Parts: sequence; C-alpha cells; structure tokens
Amino acid sequence: MPWTKIQADDSHTPVFFGGDERAREITYRNAIREALSQALMTDRNVFLIGEGIDDPGGVFGTTAGLKETFGDERVMDCAIAENGLTGVAIGAAIAGMRPVFVHMRVDFLPMCMDQIINHAAKWSYMTGGKVKVPLTIRAIIGRGWGSAAQHSQSLQALFAHIPGLKVIMPASPYDAKGLLLGSIAGDSPTICIEHRWLYDQKEEVPETPYMIHAGKGLVRRQGKDISIISTSYMVYESLRAASELEKEGISAEVVDLRSVLPMDEELIISSVMKTGRLIVADTGVSVCGVASEVAAIAAEQAFDSLKAPVRRICLPMTPTPASHVLERAYYPDHTAIVRAAREMTA
Amino acid sequence: MKHMTRATIPDDTLKELYAVMLTIRLFEDRTCARYAEQEMKCPVHLCIGQEAIAAGVCAHLKREDYIFSTHRSHGHCIAKGMDLKSIAAELYGRSTGCSRGKGGSMHLADPGHGIPGTTAIVGGCIPLAAGAALASKMKGDGRVSVAFFGDGAADEGVFLESLNFASLKKLPVVFVCENNFYATNSPQSARQPAVRIADRASGFGIPGVHADGNDVIRVFRTAAEAIARAREGEGPTLLEYTTYRWKAHVGPNSDIEAGFRPAEQHEEWMKRCPVEMYEQRLEQQGVLSAQERKAIFGRIEKQIDEAMDFARTSPFPKPGELFDDVY
Repeated sequence: MPWTKIQADDSHTPVFFGGDERAREITYRNAIREALSQALMTDRNVFLIGEGIDDPGGVFGTTAGLKETFGDERVMDCAIAENGLTGVAIGAAIAGMRPVFVHMRVDFLPMCMDQIINHAAKWSYMTGGKVKVPLTIRAIIGRGWGSAAQHSQSLQALFAHIPGLKVIMPASPYDAKGLLLGSIAGDSPTICIEHRWLYDQKEEVPETPYMIHAGKGLVRRQGKDISIISTSYMVYESLRAASELEKEGISAEVVDLRSVLPMDEELIISSVMKTGRLIVADTGVSVCGVASEVAAIAAEQAFDSLKAPVRRICLPMTPTPASHVLERAYYPDHTAIVRAAREMTA
Repeated sequence: MKHMTRATIPDDTLKELYAVMLTIRLFEDRTCARYAEQEMKCPVHLCIGQEAIAAGVCAHLKREDYIFSTHRSHGHCIAKGMDLKSIAAELYGRSTGCSRGKGGSMHLADPGHGIPGTTAIVGGCIPLAAGAALASKMKGDGRVSVAFFGDGAADEGVFLESLNFASLKKLPVVFVCENNFYATNSPQSARQPAVRIADRASGFGIPGVHADGNDVIRVFRTAAEAIARAREGEGPTLLEYTTYRWKAHVGPNSDIEAGFRPAEQHEEWMKRCPVEMYEQRLEQQGVLSAQERKAIFGRIEKQIDEAMDFARTSPFPKPGELFDDVY
C-alpha cells in the first residue's frame, strides 16, 4: 500500500515546523496543490476531476500545472453535471480508485446531494462495511466582492448532519496539506471545505508528505477566561479578537475545530471546563449550524462549568447580499467576538 | 453490427439460462409465500415476470465484472451468481446476511461476485456503474460494468449525465433499462413522450437497442453484442427491454384488484410469462426433457429450502453492531 509510508500527525498541539529544515513557508493554495501533487505521485489510483480543474487559473492555483505533470486522464476536466459526475466518482471509488472531486464553490454541492448523501455516505453501512467509498470532495467558500447568494455559501452543517461523511475545514496551510492527504488516503467520503480568503495565508509546511486524520481540533492560542471555538476563516477573526481582548486583560483561548464531522468533543469540553465561557465562531449560519452543535456539546457535557450563556458568532439567517454595504452588515468579524467576550466577562 | 451472432447457442448455455430464470422465479415465489409470516421485516420489491433480462444479460458477465442495481435487485444478484443463503439471510435481518443485516432487501451486496451494492434511489446506480467502468478503463483491468434500472430512472437527470460521460470517455459499461411501463404506480405515458428510451442513446452517439425483455434469447443475443462492444473498448450501449412486473411495486401481493394497473394489461402480460415461454421453446427444440426440467426444479427448490433454513436459524446482529461500518 503506497500510503503506509506516510506518517500521520495526530498530535494535539499547535504545529509550527520551524525546526524542520525541510519545512518552508508556503501559502494555503500551494499547500493544497502540494498535497494533490504528492497524492497523485504516491498512488496511481488517485485522480482529480472537476469542471475547469485544468484551466489556466487552476482552481485558484490549487491545481495549477497538475495536468501538465500527470496528464488529462488523472487531472480530468468534466461536464457541469454535478450529481451524475459525483456518482461517477463514487463508482470509481467503489471500484478501487481514490478520486478527488473539485468544485469552485460550495454552492454547487447542493446539485450533488443525492449522490453524496444517499450514496457516498451510506455505502459502507448499507453493505455491512464490505465496500468503502474513498472519495474526497473539495469545495470553496467564495466570500466577498458581491458574490451574493449563490456563490458564497458555507454549507458545512448540511454535511455534518449526515452519518457516514467526514467534513474537514482546514484553516492553516499545514492543516490543509495534512488533512487533504489524510482524506485521500482514508477510506471514507470526505468533504473538504476551504475558504477563499485563506488561500494567501502562509505557514511553514514540511515538504515531506504527512497526514492528519479528521476529528481532532487544535488549541491555536492558550487562554483561561473564555474559549473561542472556531472554524476555517473565523479562526483568524478569533485570533485577532483574542489579541484585542488581551489588551483588556481578558485571556481568550482559541480552538480551531479543523474537522466538524467528526467533531473533537473532548477538546471542546476540556477547553470549556478550563475557561467556563464559550463563544463559537463559525463561517455558516447559526440556526441548526456547527456553532449550535458545539453549544449543545458544552451544554450537555460541561454545563456545570459554564459561568455565562454561550454565544454564537455566525451569519444571520438571510441569504448573502451582493452590495458591499450589505456584505459588511452581513459578515461578523473580530469586533463582534470582542463585544460578546466583553459582555460575557463583565 | 459486427458482434451480433446468429450462431447456435450451446445447449448447456440454453439450460443454464433456464436454471437461472427458474431460480429467480422460485426464490421470489418463496419470498411471497414466507412474507406473511412477518419474519422478513423489510420491504421487498419482487421481479417476478422480469427474470429473462437478469438471466440473459448476466450470462455474458465474468465473476469480476460489475453490476449495479436497484431496489428490485434479487434477480440481478441471483443471475450474477450470488449465494442464495446470503440473500435470504439479509431479508431475514440476520448477521449472516450479505450486508450483515444493515442493508435488507433493497441493499444486497457481494463484492466477491462483482456486486458492489444496490441502491434504492431511482437512477442512483447508473453513474455508479459508469464510475466503476471509468476505474476499469484507468486500471486496464478488462472488467465490464452493467447498470440495471427501470423506465422511471430514465426520467432522472443522472441517466442522461451518465450516458453523456460514458460516451465521451468510451467506457466499458452497458446501461440496461428494464421498461415495465411503471415508475412505482405512474405509467410511462404520464411521464414521457412516446419515444423509445433506447432512442435517447442516439443523442449521445452510442447504440441504443430495444428488444422484448420477456424473450430470454433476444435478451441474450442483444446483450452479447453490447457487452462484447464494452469489453473490446468500443464504448457503452443502452439496452431497453420491455417487460412487466407481476406483483405490486412493493410487497408480495397483486396491485391489480386495487386498481393500480389495468387488469387487461396484466392478463396480457401474464400470457407472456418469460419462464413458461422459454420452457416451451426448449421443449419444442428438444433441448430440455420433462425429466431434466423436473430435476432442475428439484435442485433449485432444495437450494432455496437450504437458503431459507440457513437464514431462519442464523443469529441476529448484536445491538452493539449498530455503530459498526459507518465509516
């Protein structure tokens, strides 16, 4: 098995590989590209499929040049037939391939809901575990520049509601590479939701391939007064908020969930038990969302530790507007987190 | 059509086709007989009346070739060589069932016989078969994939999306539409213009062939052509076989008395029983003697007895197994 030589990094601590001489600072987009390239190199059964995957833009640079290296059979442009081609990818996965299906926007995933929810997510269970679906689906949240209601959605909660799927939301370049490789090497259908505002983030990333398995979060910043549990781009807003709060003498702990299904309950509980206060900052809407789930875990399993009501910093229950004035009103940023934290610690 | 052959079909093959059809018929009949006991606690979608298609198509498949099927899959799985015991045990919800009691009648699977699973979402299996064919093409493993589906699935977008992709990539896949004229209870005339489903193939530049699905020899010969094409790298074919489902959409009973389908239509098709017609043909041709027929019948009944006994005496899954196999 080609994947057995690649080490898994299941450590629970923040990882910065300054000491690793093979590590270099690269962007999130290049970390993804490197993961895909190394997956294609490692295993003949890996292939990429997606509409426009081989165009000069290369899906925001994340697939740029891969067709030239690996050929158009393994980096396959395709029709805009999302449900059918998701079925094709699942069928290929069932027959031993490890496809990665790439979508320019999360908003295109509702076109594939039947194949993702009724087929990919159920196949292992329905066959008594005899047949696996090692499929990775990448989809990008396209926030900003008037992207509006159909090009900016953050639908992780829809998928996190489905037993049999895994849903990862890498926030850092290191995690993007490791989680993607872990997903491609794994045997479960996994949705990787990326935020386009993360693509220029830089971090030291080892060149050697490594894997991170879905289901473990990270403490990005230690704190003792309040836990800010966050996903994807909101990790950065949370870190910004924590810096602000520090100036006011409020010590905030920032947790990056990294994976929303499975969710790292242990880490959520331990952080809340330590700080006694919980803010959840997610890129999606609050209603029946990832933040609601985190809040429920805290209420069910760390209730006695809570010194203040839980707060959710999420999107309001409206479709995304286009005008930048409305966009500004729509997206909460670190100031909303700071305000909530002040109220909770007052 | 260069693979179309009028060559004589060997007697052994003719007899094997009969045995497969009869196995399907008798297994489904036994399921009907047992269903009222309420020990098979899952919905069953029976294929009585449609046996010739499964038998005629699967006769050309190797063990490692893939089939993808639907909620009405018993016949396909039997024709592909699946063990009756593991099917029966799955209907009875036992841990010895093919899907360890997680699938039921609608989700039979046996990867060892090229049956990676069956789906109860109409049309869902069609792109899966195309995907498995893509894998075979990429690996060069020489396998052929077959998707079995009904006329209802031809209404779904994934049907056309899959024909498009399979044609574009010249995939080794055969799309087999069993047209029994009803999507659950909705007649084809309420859903589609009066155009043959097979004719849709021409829009994608692939062969589309219609044939009588109750004539196993017609099925056998047309499927031979399509599967040979797929195996030789010439791409997909759409086969449409007209047939008729004798029982209700789901369950062991008739739906005629309740007015779901016209009684005259049902009677007409009952006169064209695929098993009986074939029996007569073999008798006329002197291929199968009454004695041989009786022996085949006895052998199959015994297999079914054993399968049902095995199922009914097998253990149930343990409640703790609920959490196994999610990933």
